[in-house]
Amino acid sequence: MTQPRPEVLAKLTPVLTKRWLSPNAWQIGVYEQLDGYRAVRKALDVHPDDLIQLIKDSGLRGRGGAGFPTGLKWGFIPQGDGKPHYLVINADEGEPGTCKDLPLMTYDPHSLVEGAIIAAYAIRANRAFIYIRGEAVHAARRLRNAVEEARAAGYLGTNILGSGFDLELVVHSGAGAYICGEETALLDSLEGFRGQPRLRPPFPAIAGLYASPTVVNNVGTIASVPYIVLGGADWWKSMGTEKSSGPMIYSLSGRIANPGQYECGLGITLRELIELAGGMKPGHTLKFWTPGGSSTPLLTAEHIDTPMDFEGVAAAGSILGTTAMQIFSDQDCPVYSTWRWLEFYHHESCGKCTPCREGNYWMVRTYRRILSGEGTYKDLDTLQDTADNIFGRSFCGLGDGAATPVMSTLKYFRQDYLDYIEGRTAPRLSAKALVGAH
Amino acid sequence: MTATQVEFSPAAAPLAEKLLDQANEIIARYPEGRSRSALLPLLHLVQTVEGHVSPNGVAFCAEILGINKAQVGAVATFYTMYKRRPTGEYLVSVCTNTLCNTLGGQEVYDQLSEVLGVGHDETTADGRITLEHAECLAACDYAPVVTVNYDFALDEATPEAAVGLVEKLRDGRPYTPARGARICSLKEMQIQLAGFADPREGAVGDGRAGAPTLRGVTLAQQHGIAVPDFNPDTPITKTKPSPREENKGKVATVVEKATGAVKAAAAKVEEKVEARRTAKTSEKAGEPTKPGDAKDPEVRTAEQRNPDASSPDKTGDAKVTPPAPSNPAEAAGASANEPAGDGKPAGDTARGSEEAK
Repeated sequence: MTQPRPEVLAKLTPVLTKRWLSPNAWQIGVYEQLDGYRAVRKALDVHPDDLIQLIKDSGLRGRGGAGFPTGLKWGFIPQGDGKPHYLVINADEGEPGTCKDLPLMTYDPHSLVEGAIIAAYAIRANRAFIYIRGEAVHAARRLRNAVEEARAAGYLGTNILGSGFDLELVVHSGAGAYICGEETALLDSLEGFRGQPRLRPPFPAIAGLYASPTVVNNVGTIASVPYIVLGGADWWKSMGTEKSSGPMIYSLSGRIANPGQYECGLGITLRELIELAGGMKPGHTLKFWTPGGSSTPLLTAEHIDTPMDFEGVAAAGSILGTTAMQIFSDQDCPVYSTWRWLEFYHHESCGKCTPCREGNYWMVRTYRRILSGEGTYKDLDTLQDTADNIFGRSFCGLGDGAATPVMSTLKYFRQDYLDYIEGRTAPRLSAKALVGAH
Repeated sequence: MTATQVEFSPAAAPLAEKLLDQANEIIARYPEGRSRSALLPLLHLVQTVEGHVSPNGVAFCAEILGINKAQVGAVATFYTMYKRRPTGEYLVSVCTNTLCNTLGGQEVYDQLSEVLGVGHDETTADGRITLEHAECLAACDYAPVVTVNYDFALDEATPEAAVGLVEKLRDGRPYTPARGARICSLKEMQIQLAGFADPREGAVGDGRAGAPTLRGVTLAQQHGIAVPDFNPDTPITKTKPSPREENKGKVATVVEKATGAVKAAAAKVEEKVEARRTAKTSEKAGEPTKPGDAKDPEVRTAEQRNPDASSPDKTGDAKVTPPAPSNPAEAAGASANEPAGDGKPAGDTARGSEEAK
């Protein structure tokens, strides 16, 4: 394994991942020894408006994919409106490639609980929900345990630490629907409905859970809050770039020597991340990769020096998303990969918007035909046309997410498609394989 | 109506007998009048007894929440984790999404399918194992992964290792999962999914972080890298007293308290007068906008288009009137049937009922 150079190593910023090294940090006693529940004491001594200002000053942006400024989002909650306010934490991690929230909740669950208390206090919410992906059972187990421990220690419940502030925190398990990671679908699911997105506006800040003002934040966003409260906005901004501040957990997977979670300041490049991960797997050359999960347009080897912050990735024609980098090599087929993603989007489309529901149905079938060696040149036009008609024509981002790998592979890897159509690549799917596909 | 007063139908009664206390506990987690939020955990709860959601389970959820069976059925069929057929004791899920697939997940699934003689979402004849191919299980750094009853059981799976796993499960031999807690039955897992603590002593502590999870932070530790200048006592800029300080201030002295009370009373009178005066001039005056309170234009538009009950919008046309139909019969029909809204009851909310008017 090649050693990363010192200047690349210096880009590591262990903040949110630091406690993962302590195997018992999920217990409240250990957590408290490691600066735990110190931020909540500090925060409760400050006016909520000053806390919102602190988060604004830190430049913290949402870690769930869209990168919306968190302080701004909190500030949208109308105060003194006489309505109950809600904090909902999106822990429905399911974007293909993303694996940063599950370890955080499993190995450091109290940091999320502490962040939730501070965030709820800032937006003046007395109820908070953590909507955790159903399949994430071990993370949920630890999180529920953490909530009970926090309640017993007086960090949750009524009159927290004598501040007069009350908070109830409920961990709510989902039931296996990718779409519930979309914030409005999540709210519907939390209300006991099918998880289908709502048309915005109104935004959740005005009419969210139970039509009341609601903040929906990702796990990573909320878990960042205690560190900002402790270390201050300037310290937070010492990491990352000017417009994308702070550390970010980059999830690297695929054809690299050491896949895993690497927490670095925003703006690091894939070249540097691959160096940290010990290089590509022997015998593999980088061919294509997702910058932030499969719903973000694919990038290729020519984008290896793109700064991985919100602006940098956007300039390269993609989205930073959840910084889930799935790395594929010259031995992987972009057509096959796209087909498999489409099977996923087809399965997970909630069925509300016609372009997404029908478009994915047809694209999957077109891919199966191409991959079984029956494709025609016309199929490529059909794919392009279908993707164009899905993109931007659905309520939520799932349709866009499905269209992007199609559009980006057609753009960068048209030859790979032609190789199937013209018979240079052996078919990957047989009639038998098609039977098992859903 | 509280849940305990529900009279259950013969279909739901056997489940109610077993689950009523837990069901009431679940409902109590949600705000008053929002019991429907309990539906997802209740469906998990039903599976603790039946292993799947049967028509009886649907009836039980519907009756305890006071909604109809079609509403429950619509939700139960939407989510993958609610099974519609009886399941085995262990649910073995193999990730076959792109990344795991590329790294061999498909071969793992195919091998298991052959060895067990079942396909996706099917159960072995002995009722031990249900097999499924899953979508991304959020552990791509361990690809390909296999879970048992949703706990991470096998990392970097190979067909041989996966067969070894299912053989142990089938024969009832112990198996230590890679990163999850000790294995329980699928029905027992549903208790946790319904939101209850894992009753097994020590299970919460099971499972250590694997090397990939800790790779970055370990690398930093090995090379002595930390983020400099972290001072947990960095002060937060205060522009107003915190509510806690305000409370303290209020009870500082009896005199202060008394003056406070007088002041409050005076303010109340003033407030009333003010309220009357403003009520005359305008139906309802909104909160005065603070100077410098810059709002995102998108949100401003959102507020205008969807005013909440307290500040009805007078300028925007909240209700869109469809173009008048040209033929008289159509016009009669249109006037008799108000155009449907989103169709989704966005919570049984005040907003929803207002729109329906």
